[in-house]
Parts: sequence; C-alpha cells; structure tokens
Amino acid sequence: MSIVESLLLALKNIISSKTRTLLTMLGIIIGVAAVIIIVGLGNGLEGYISDSFSSMGTNTLTVMVMPRGATRTLSVDDIYDIVEDNSEYLDLCSPIANLSGSVKIGTETTSTSASGVSEDYLAIKGYAVEKGRGLQYSDISQRSRVCVVGAYVDLAYYGGNAVGQTLRVGGQTLTIAGVVEQQSDHLEEGGTDDFLILPYSTASRLSGTITSYTVTVKNEDDVTESKSALEQSLYAFFESDEFYSVTSMSEMLDTMTGMINILVVVLVGIAAISLVVGGIGIMNIMLVSVTERTREIGVRKSLGAKERYIMQQFVIEAAVTSALGGVIGIVLGYVLSAAASSLITALLDAALTVAPSTGAVLLAFGISAGIGILFGYLPAKKAALLNPIDALHYD
Amino acid sequence: MKALIELKEVCKYYHMGDTTVIAADHISFQIFKGEFVAIVGSSGSGKSTCMNIIGCLDVPSEGVYLLDGRDVGQMNKNELAEIRNELLGFIFQQYNLLPKLNLAENVEVPMMYAGVGRGERRERALAALNHVGLEEKWRHKPNQLSGGQQQRAAIARALVGNPAVILADEPTGALDSKTGREVIGILQQLHAAGNTVVLITHDNSIAVQTQRIIRLEDGRVGYDGPSDAPEAVVIPKAVRAEGGITA
Repeated sequence: MSIVESLLLALKNIISSKTRTLLTMLGIIIGVAAVIIIVGLGNGLEGYISDSFSSMGTNTLTVMVMPRGATRTLSVDDIYDIVEDNSEYLDLCSPIANLSGSVKIGTETTSTSASGVSEDYLAIKGYAVEKGRGLQYSDISQRSRVCVVGAYVDLAYYGGNAVGQTLRVGGQTLTIAGVVEQQSDHLEEGGTDDFLILPYSTASRLSGTITSYTVTVKNEDDVTESKSALEQSLYAFFESDEFYSVTSMSEMLDTMTGMINILVVVLVGIAAISLVVGGIGIMNIMLVSVTERTREIGVRKSLGAKERYIMQQFVIEAAVTSALGGVIGIVLGYVLSAAASSLITALLDAALTVAPSTGAVLLAFGISAGIGILFGYLPAKKAALLNPIDALHYD
Repeated sequence: MKALIELKEVCKYYHMGDTTVIAADHISFQIFKGEFVAIVGSSGSGKSTCMNIIGCLDVPSEGVYLLDGRDVGQMNKNELAEIRNELLGFIFQQYNLLPKLNLAENVEVPMMYAGVGRGERRERALAALNHVGLEEKWRHKPNQLSGGQQQRAAIARALVGNPAVILADEPTGALDSKTGREVIGILQQLHAAGNTVVLITHDNSIAVQTQRIIRLEDGRVGYDGPSDAPEAVVIPKAVRAEGGITA
C-alpha cells in the first residue's frame, strides 16, 4: 500500500466526519494562527523601529562630551581635526548646540526646538531644502543671523511664506533663509517638522552650548570600526575614556531588534504551548478513533494488512488532520494579521504593518504536520498492535 | 497428492488466570484442493480456535499447521498477514464490510494490500461483484444493501484475490433462511468451479450441504467423513438427554 493510498484513505475519513475533525484541529488552528500573528507583529515592530531609527540616521555616530572635568577642552576645530584624521571612516560632522531661549514668532512663543548646527547638518539628516537655501559655511564663519525652519513652522506661522521673514530666538532676531521639505506624514506641533536650525557659531553667541557632535560614517557596514576609530582619537585627545561617549544609532537599533526578537521568541514559545495542547487533542481523538474502528482494523488485518500499513494509515490520518489545521491556522493568521494592521494604524496612528514572514508560515505548517506525526504515533502503534482475532470480535 | 491444509496434532492453550483452557486438543486432519468441507461444532467445541488457526489469525501452541506446504506456526505477524492476503479469502458472519467504503472499494481492499495497481484493482473488483450479481450496485455503501447483498459483496471480496482457500465463518448466521440458502448456493457454485471452501458452522442443516464434515467436540475431532453418513449429524449426548432438540 503506497503513501498516496494512505493519504486518500485519510482524506476520506476526515471528510466523512467534518465536525469532529474541525474540533480536533481547533488547537492546532489557534496555535498556528497565534504563532503567525506574533511573528508578524514582531516583524512589524522591528520594521517600524528600524524605520524610525533610519530616519535618525543609522550611519551616524553621536559624540557626547562632558562639559567639565577634563584637563583639555574639546573645541569644534578639534572635532573637525579628528574627523579629518579618520577620513577613511568618517565623513561629515556637525556640532549640536542646544539653545535655552525659546523661539518667538511675532508675539507668540512657540514650542519649536532650536539647535545650532553646522552647514553639513541637513546633509547628515538627509533633509532637502524646499524653499530658499540651507546653512552655508559662510553663515558659520560670519556668525550670520539666519536660520532654516521645518515645514510646520513655515506653514503654521507664515502660511508657507517664511523665507525672508524674521523670528526671535533668545532675544536675537534671525532671518529665515530656507525651509526644509516636509519629513513626516502629518504636520503637528512638536513633531518632526517643528524645528529650527541656525549656525552653531551664532548659537554660541546666544548662550547655546554644544552638547554633542553628530558624525557620519563613510560606509554603513563599517559602523563598528568607524566608532572605534573615533573613540581611539578621542581617547588620544583626552588621555582618558571618562570624558566622552560615542553612541551609534545602528548599534542601538541592533540592541532594540535583539530585545524585540527575544520578546517574540518568548511569545512564540507561549503560543507553541497551544500547538502542543492541540497535538494532545489529536492524540486523544485518534485514540478514540482507534477504539471505534477496532473492527475495521481487525477486518483489514484479516484481509492481509501488515502492521506497518495500519500504522501508516493512522499516522498519516493524524498528520493530515494536523496539517489541515495548520493550513486553516495560516489562513486565519493572515486574516487576523491584516485586521491587526488596520486596527493598529487606525488606533495608534502608527504605520505598523503586521507582516507574517514566509519562514514563519512554513515553520508553522511543518510543526503542525510534525505534531500530527508525533502525537499520531501512539494511537497508530496501538492500532497496529491489535490482535486481529480480538479486533474482529470487538463490538 | 499433497494436502492444501494439513493439521498435525495441533493444540491450542489459553491461559486465563491460573487455569489453562485447552481449546484445541491434538487436532489432525487434511483438506485437499477442491474440497467443500464443513467444520461443525457447538460453542466451546474449539471450532473458532480451529478457524483462527486455519485462517492464519493465530498460531498453534503445539503441533504443526501446513498451509499449501508452508509451516505457518513458524511465521511472524507480517508473514502471517502476507499469507492471509495471498492464500485466504474470509467470509464473516457479520459481513464485516467497511462502512465508509462503497462495494467496489471494499472488494479492492485485499488487492490494495497486495500492491495491485489502481486500474487493475477496479477492473477485478467489478468482475468479482459481477460474479455475485452486484455489479450494478458497486457505488452503494454497505448500509444501503440488504444482509444477503452485503454477504454476497463480502464473498466477492473473499474471491477477488484468487485465494487457495475460501474460509467462511458462519456465513449464514445473520441471514434469514432463504438468503442463507442463496449464500450457500454461491459457495456451492464456487466449489463446483474448483475452489476449496471451508465452512465453519454450528448448524447441521448448513453443514450437510457440503461434501465432508469435520465435527469438533471439546477440542477434539469427533467425526471426519462424508456429510451424507448418519454419524455426521450426531447430536451431543448432553443436549439429547435434556430433550431440548429433536433431530
């Protein structure tokens, strides 16, 4: 008797008792669907976070310098020298100066964040100038009283005509030289597009202090090497590693992704319990089925069925039931993933797609079929070992 | 001439707790190709044990059973299954058709285990059903048929593999007398066509329709001879003494 024959026989038996089969499969269906949704959610979360991080720049390193304590003070020129020295790894550089003073537009005090940066800042961020111009080296060297604003500032306070207008930062009047292209989907107060940048040299005159430096790496694949090169130079400068720290976005992203992966593995483990319970359900029903079909087994044996054929028949039936449950679970998982995606988008206003991976789907199917074989084995063994005489006279 | 079925001093013991039940006590007989034999006995006479051993469903505790010259007592379960598939055709009291399969599929079951291909299987199944007058009903499930029809389908299933021996265990036991006679008629036809038929029954009126009767009493052969001899249908003394049965 071939495997195909056993498969057809199994399908026949499954079709002839639909309700029972469906109930048997329920555990597997739920387990597989849960695994798919969780893995999908994990993928979605990972994608969402990695998108957010890459908008901050995964090719950037952030250098924080202790304001006091070191015997030497790191000036902007020192940092530029270090970047120059490591030009095989490092590319652009911008100091970030935070301004304590608030931004006043007309008479209104806004929540717009203002930072002093270099002429490379927009390039580091990957922002494009939509109107007017960006900051230039001459602005830095001449401490020009100019600034570049985000799309929100342009639209909300100037009706889209911000270029050439003025605003006040920390009591100083600045002329808006340019507007940056809109970055986020929605313009909102305090959002990505609600910002103002001015030359760091100007900012330092407005009592702004440089708190960090953003440095980009030449090659995104060499973030780790670039980071250590930068750290070595800083160590050489300070002769200690206590006064600076270098963080890389891509390393933080890796850490976050690692955490999400651990979370997903734990959740999938919990969902897998349902698969095991489902497998036990299948074993239970198969045991009942063996008892019910004792006479059939006896007849088959008397007609010449060897033990392994009976075994094969029951194992395949369990595996088909389980695999069928797996397929239904996969479909259900996809449907629920799509539903979850639209629900999250609607409720949280976040572009988080629950995306089940093909690998997870194949794994779920393989595991469910495997569970069928595993938990079908015991009942099948029981059936195969039945004594044909007793089985024939079983009522 | 070599015997098709040969039992030499076959014994079968069952252990029930501390006691040992002797179900077959040195049974010996031979059945030759083309014979129509009834093995008769009341309940407890050992005829079921005898049928199980002849049918290769069980092996003797002692003695030798040769089927077509092969020593069945030395075989393992898989070899026994092969022998059953190859050499034996079973007909049961309760028909034992598989309820979820239609008649043709039921008849195909032994051939499936013999590894016969799909097309040939269906062809031979329909031919066997035709032989018992059920070709038209091959799509029917067993429960859509009368008892007599089901038993005829079971006979078709027993026939289909061209077995050396057709073994019928109380084939008329669940049928009314008219359909019972029809079934016996089919068995007689099979015998006339050269098949070896062994019928196990407790019913003398069925047994006398065969050629030869082997009567079992308390696990021993009480009579072995032609079915038309007067001693063939002897009624056990105990029953006669109670006056329960009139011959």
